[in-house]
Amino acid sequence: MPQMNMVQAINDALRHEMRRDNRVVVLGEDVGKVGGVFRVTQGLFDEFGDERVIDTPLSEGGIIGTAIGMALYGLVPVPEIQFSDFIFPAYDQIVSELAKYRYRSGGEYPAKLVIRTPTGGGIRGGHYHSQSPEAQFIHVAGLKVVCPSNPADAKGLLLASIRDPDPVLFFEPKRIYRAAKGEVPEGDHTVPLGKASVVRKGQHVTIVVWGAMLYEALDAANQAAAQGIDCEVIDLRTLWPLDIETIITSVKKTGRVVVVHEAPKSCGLGGEIVALINEKAFLHLEAPPKRVTGFDTPFPYTLEMEYLPLSHRILPAIIETARY
Amino acid sequence: MDGSAHPVARHPLDAHAPDVVRVLRDDGTLDPANDPGLRSDEVLTLYRAMVRARLLDERLVLLQRQGRIGFHIGCKGEEASILGSAFAMRQNDWIFPCYREFAAALWRGMPLQRYVDNMFGNTNDPVKGRQMPDHYTWKTGKFGSVSSPIGTQITQAVGFAWAAKIRKEDAAVLVYFGDGATSSNEFHNGMNFAGVFKAPTVFFCRNNGWAISVPTERQTASETFAQKGIAYGVPGVRCDGNDLFAVVKVTRDAVARAARGEGPTIIEALTYRLEGHSTSDDPKAYRPEAGLDSWRRLDPIPRLRRYIERTTGWTDAQDKELEAELDAELKAAIAVAEKTALPALESMFEDVFGELPWHLQEQRDELLRGPRAKGHGH
Repeated sequence: MPQMNMVQAINDALRHEMRRDNRVVVLGEDVGKVGGVFRVTQGLFDEFGDERVIDTPLSEGGIIGTAIGMALYGLVPVPEIQFSDFIFPAYDQIVSELAKYRYRSGGEYPAKLVIRTPTGGGIRGGHYHSQSPEAQFIHVAGLKVVCPSNPADAKGLLLASIRDPDPVLFFEPKRIYRAAKGEVPEGDHTVPLGKASVVRKGQHVTIVVWGAMLYEALDAANQAAAQGIDCEVIDLRTLWPLDIETIITSVKKTGRVVVVHEAPKSCGLGGEIVALINEKAFLHLEAPPKRVTGFDTPFPYTLEMEYLPLSHRILPAIIETARY
Repeated sequence: MDGSAHPVARHPLDAHAPDVVRVLRDDGTLDPANDPGLRSDEVLTLYRAMVRARLLDERLVLLQRQGRIGFHIGCKGEEASILGSAFAMRQNDWIFPCYREFAAALWRGMPLQRYVDNMFGNTNDPVKGRQMPDHYTWKTGKFGSVSSPIGTQITQAVGFAWAAKIRKEDAAVLVYFGDGATSSNEFHNGMNFAGVFKAPTVFFCRNNGWAISVPTERQTASETFAQKGIAYGVPGVRCDGNDLFAVVKVTRDAVARAARGEGPTIIEALTYRLEGHSTSDDPKAYRPEAGLDSWRRLDPIPRLRRYIERTTGWTDAQDKELEAELDAELKAAIAVAEKTALPALESMFEDVFGELPWHLQEQRDELLRGPRAKGHGH
């Protein structure tokens, strides 16, 4: 199997699906000739031409609104929003229209598209190139939300997302676009939506995490192991609908849980995960569930490595939970 | 009104301005310069559809006042704009509605019964009771899905038309919106994208004078809404929106232009909202009754009636007969809709996703275990 980074794996998935299905189109700002500001769509313009790899005017609302129309027609658009921080001009189209189309039309008009967007911090991008807005798309009915942590999953989840009947927000953790490398299956390769991955098996503390923070959690888990704490690390992969079974099975075994995410703490996905654990595994808990997250502040520039829930913040939470 | 302070607001007079396409003269004759050449059976069918829309509006408001339906948003005064434009589209074309175009949905074949079912939100409602009255859908008739946010359908219509162009299929899209929607992000996005990509779109602005309580001069300082097209490289045309023939003419021209691959057109139909915004609105709070007289004189239905009286000898007796027939049809539909069951409780959870995910299964089961589950629907 070839070695790829995340950018190459996502590019490979797009190319594969565009060859397989001529209804698939890519559109967005700078996705055409230049191949995207992160080069994720590089080479697609040359292979598929300007009617399937489309440089659009600079308007996120226009990109998503027209992509919805294309989807209603029967195309399978995969629009790119250049940074997830810039998705909000399209929020009305995503939340009030895309997410509701099948429901509000009594099933007549399922509107299916996959919105790809780089997310997360740690690239010295400041507030407007660093946020993690996933929870804001989970709280509205009708969207699936995905966030891969490695190249093989990125390819497999993207292909599964494109073939899924529902609209998908596909968050790509930009901090590990090139840093995360690994073997990626050639040709067709899907990873089912809604299935988490147990990346590290353990007995004492469950860590639930996704995207770039997976590597911080693994680092913290390795450090905790040196102190005799054996962590189980769950990479959520699909954030919504999440794999509750894998989480609850693990928590029933460990009785202790730490949830890690980059997004602000309050009303983040971590809060929902903890609430579900309380509902479904309360009597198995040996310690209060803990969240290690971004703070409820705007995303800072200079202090970004203090804002992010890096391993130096995860480790104390693991130890405290284990020793409660 | 000399129009110097609020140029857009003067539009009863604009209907006589030189750039406004007008075909139907006051005496019921047609200006041959722009006559779309409708056959008399076509005109009678359209007249009937306009009278039916008017009757529906009047009866549905009464139904709402009686508390039998929750809401209605009508098109009284705008029937020629809506039906003339819907008529001008070809069978292979699509219509993306705002929320005031039920007459276009009926024109495209949505059965009256299904529309009335929508008013009651019952189990036969095309949208299964999930939206307010007048938020229907009719894909069989290539008619889109109504939502409430302003302008969102505009970019979607452009994307749809653009997709047809990419697939090299001959389909244009008519998208309806009001004068208020020209202030929305989506109007700008839609016009801009359609201009750049030459998407075969017919932008149809029903300039009815009002966005709820806000008049047109609060929406724009532009002389006209049609001229907004200049900035996007999209040709604009104004027509007398209460003149069925003028609306057909300009819409047909726009469709032909789209079909030739020349791209979008914006039509500004000068018309007037003779009632409130919806049943939730009382226009007396912001609109003096006196100003309505000039618009009542331009009511599209009596204007068309003068034409058919002149050309076919249409009589008052025929009007009475038509009204009785339409009234009976509506009464029957209401009787059926009122007796039709409400949507099943579990239908609340269907169609959120293609398949029911675990969390919705749990929530559905919780509702079905609840005290109100038994006897629901009666």
